[in-house]
Amino acid sequence: MKSDIDIKKLLSAVDLPVEWVGLREVYEAHTPRMIRDGFPVANARSSTHGVMVEVLTDGQFGYYGTPDMTPEGISSAAEKAYRQAKIAARNGLFKFDETARPAFKGQYQSPFTKKRDSLSAGALNELLIEAYNQLKVSEKIVSASSLCQLIETSFRFISSNGSDIEQDFLMLEFDLSATAADGTNQQTRTFGGMRGTCRQMGLEYFDKYEIMANANRIGEQAIELLDADECPSGEMDLVIAPDQMMLQIHESIGHALEVDRILGDERNYAGWSFVKLEDFGKLQYGSELMNITFDPTLESEFASYAFDDGGLEATKEYLIKDGILVRGLGGKESQIRSGLDGVANFRSSGWNRAPIDRMANINLEPGDLAFEELIGEVKSGVYMESNKSWSIDDYRNKFQFGCEYGKIIEDGKLTKTVKNPNYRGISTPFWNNLKGVGNNDTFGIYGTPNCGKGEPNQVIRVGHASPACLFGNVEVFGGV
Amino acid sequence: MEKTFEKISESLFSKLNKDENLIISFSGENSQFIRFNNAAVRQTGLVDDADLGLKFISNGRTCSAGFTISGDFDLDLKRGLDEINRMRKESSEIPEDPFLVMPTDSGSSHEVKGADGLPFEDSVDAILPAVSGVDFVGILANGRMYRGSANNLGQKHWFETESFCLDYSLVTPNHQMVKGCYAGSKWNQDDYERYVKRSREKLVLMDRKPVKVGTGEYKTWFEAAAVADFLGMFSWNGISEASLRQGCSGFGRMRHDDARLSEKFSVIEDFSPGLCPKFNSNGEISPDKISLIENGQLINTLVSSRSAKEYGVDSNYAESGEYMRSPRMEVGKLNQDDVIREIEKGLYLSNIHYLNWSDNAGGRITGLTRYACFWVEGGEIVAPIETMRFDDSFYQFFGNNLLNVEDKLTVVPEVGTYGQRSLGATRCPGILVDSFALTL
Repeated sequence: MKSDIDIKKLLSAVDLPVEWVGLREVYEAHTPRMIRDGFPVANARSSTHGVMVEVLTDGQFGYYGTPDMTPEGISSAAEKAYRQAKIAARNGLFKFDETARPAFKGQYQSPFTKKRDSLSAGALNELLIEAYNQLKVSEKIVSASSLCQLIETSFRFISSNGSDIEQDFLMLEFDLSATAADGTNQQTRTFGGMRGTCRQMGLEYFDKYEIMANANRIGEQAIELLDADECPSGEMDLVIAPDQMMLQIHESIGHALEVDRILGDERNYAGWSFVKLEDFGKLQYGSELMNITFDPTLESEFASYAFDDGGLEATKEYLIKDGILVRGLGGKESQIRSGLDGVANFRSSGWNRAPIDRMANINLEPGDLAFEELIGEVKSGVYMESNKSWSIDDYRNKFQFGCEYGKIIEDGKLTKTVKNPNYRGISTPFWNNLKGVGNNDTFGIYGTPNCGKGEPNQVIRVGHASPACLFGNVEVFGGV
Repeated sequence: MEKTFEKISESLFSKLNKDENLIISFSGENSQFIRFNNAAVRQTGLVDDADLGLKFISNGRTCSAGFTISGDFDLDLKRGLDEINRMRKESSEIPEDPFLVMPTDSGSSHEVKGADGLPFEDSVDAILPAVSGVDFVGILANGRMYRGSANNLGQKHWFETESFCLDYSLVTPNHQMVKGCYAGSKWNQDDYERYVKRSREKLVLMDRKPVKVGTGEYKTWFEAAAVADFLGMFSWNGISEASLRQGCSGFGRMRHDDARLSEKFSVIEDFSPGLCPKFNSNGEISPDKISLIENGQLINTLVSSRSAKEYGVDSNYAESGEYMRSPRMEVGKLNQDDVIREIEKGLYLSNIHYLNWSDNAGGRITGLTRYACFWVEGGEIVAPIETMRFDDSFYQFFGNNLLNVEDKLTVVPEVGTYGQRSLGATRCPGILVDSFALTL
């Protein structure tokens, strides 16, 4: 939606003796539709619209998030933000100047070919019902659902030192889910959950992908898991599919490299990090096969953009090169505080939250092994797809993940299916046991719509792309 | 806010056609957020936010909408009417919903809680002097919150409260931490300073060199904050009737196999303290108390009106997500003064972190120790422990392995601020558990 707010006029309504002032207008609308067990459970559209007014005085930023977008409303909000900043400045953690909000001008538009209204509500419901019918392959499927959500975001940022940025996003989330149950033996198989399909794109998605064939496969695999053996326990080789690799990257690399965490801002909530400021340029994070990038330029990935919420231009940068930690996830404020190079990752969840260091697209660059070659490397091990459980400690060391679907690997071949596949480990030893990286043919683009962090709490969208990968000496285990 | 809600609701109801129904929900806040790091202000700001939710029922279909209230009545009315027109059109396109929930008029309510809170301009000076000289990190969330519900049959509810919540950690130079949460509706400077002083005293224990505990099974004491986190898992694929029916609840063994937890374990949904509204987003009022687990036996699940229709059971007017809104666990007989002696040799865990189901059907939960967690031996606290991962089933630690339950309730407030500030609290005691499994 193109805003009819004259944001330049709003900026001119602020008349305060401040070092810097910026306005960030955000409009966002979510349109979810969902069919569960044959009937509609969601046909909704919710929007949020407001302005974050930020001022800098005495080296301290203060903010006021307001839905009142009149000149009087913005003027009043700026005055209150100013008073907050003035009071806080006497006990401020760091004295900033306007270099923390660099001046850039530019625009960004998500790539898409079919607009949100190119399919009617009725047509989308029909498509979701058809997918549900494909999921329900047996009476043992006790519940199945199909859902999609369109997200439209418009972002405008303007500041007293000349920033003038406009970014418009169109995103689509889609998932299929089937739960098979036989008493307390219950197994759910999905299309990757909400992390499986979340991209910047339009309704052309529904033309390109074989949704009905996938729905049928998911239903069949849920039934297959009911009678499958439990995943074996022990230390073994593990091949991880890209739709689980994305969360492995997210939890054990992405969050650990957020510089505001390393500087201690998050210690009361999300936690700290095992990474220290002095580790950059030195730490052997993983094996030489490991190359991790911050890449806001990958077309259609969920968190692609041209500028962060502080107005900094976004470029692709290596975070880990040949296994060595080279750069952190620090926006301009963190770069100033830490003295480290960073990236354009100063992001907020909306107009009512202040930006902090966040992930955007954090990707593992492809290697040179075909999928069959990765599996062929394994004498005895397990292959796992699609996350269903995740947990990691507050320093981002000890992680544990559970997946939906596993296969035994014997003598370089995938053999029988196993249920409740889980694994756990510690971040840097695990990544140093990276033995094989899949090629472009194994590369998948995923993301998460609900990465939580910050005080006050914020949920943002993050993209992760990865090939399939082989790890050695992993502690693998099954269910109860 | 209440007048804004009333005016727009009535205007929208007046635009409905015959055979159309509308349920409106309201959620808003005027909040101050101050973020601290190293006993200084990292970020400071204010947020005014209010959202109107519309549930439009017509032609046997339900559509929903939501939008931000700007405060300009004409603009907000236009937003509301645009949404009603959109939903009116969609109702002719989408499939019929056989389980839709119609509005009723079963009475209205009005609750406005007075407060003597912390003025926004005084917050920094009130908080920081008491934490000088210590590494203090956390957040103050402060101000008024509003919830409302109305429908076109005339039913109306309004809930308004003011509160502050200072959720913080104190950190030693060797990175050991103590957690605190000073929350309420009446700010008392002396009381606050005493509370922080107790946190600082606990921090002294954290100066001892941490011990590394091996994997294995341990007698373990969980303080109430940790127990509240375990109970919170019941709201995620646990106590929900829909979740059980759809094959994704950890309570399946209690429903299908008649599995029992310990007789010492009882959980009630108890709205009597008034910490959150009794009405849900449909405007339905829950009973004051709903016994969920009684002496280890699953007595009731949480049932929304939609689930009631879909599965042919009675509604207890749960929120549509069928999560606990005001849980209370019954107390037992163990006095806090006896806890260390009762542990004898094992773990004292003040807080736990990042829980998830590792095997939902088996009731198995994984997570980590965090903050003030200690090794106890010879009936004395020896030292803090290094972070450990656990993975154990609630069928064990709330079942046969539950040795004893504390004799007092602690109020553990909801401190979440995703989207907006949360309301409510979990009230629970600490628990002493045998053979709790540490795995990494």
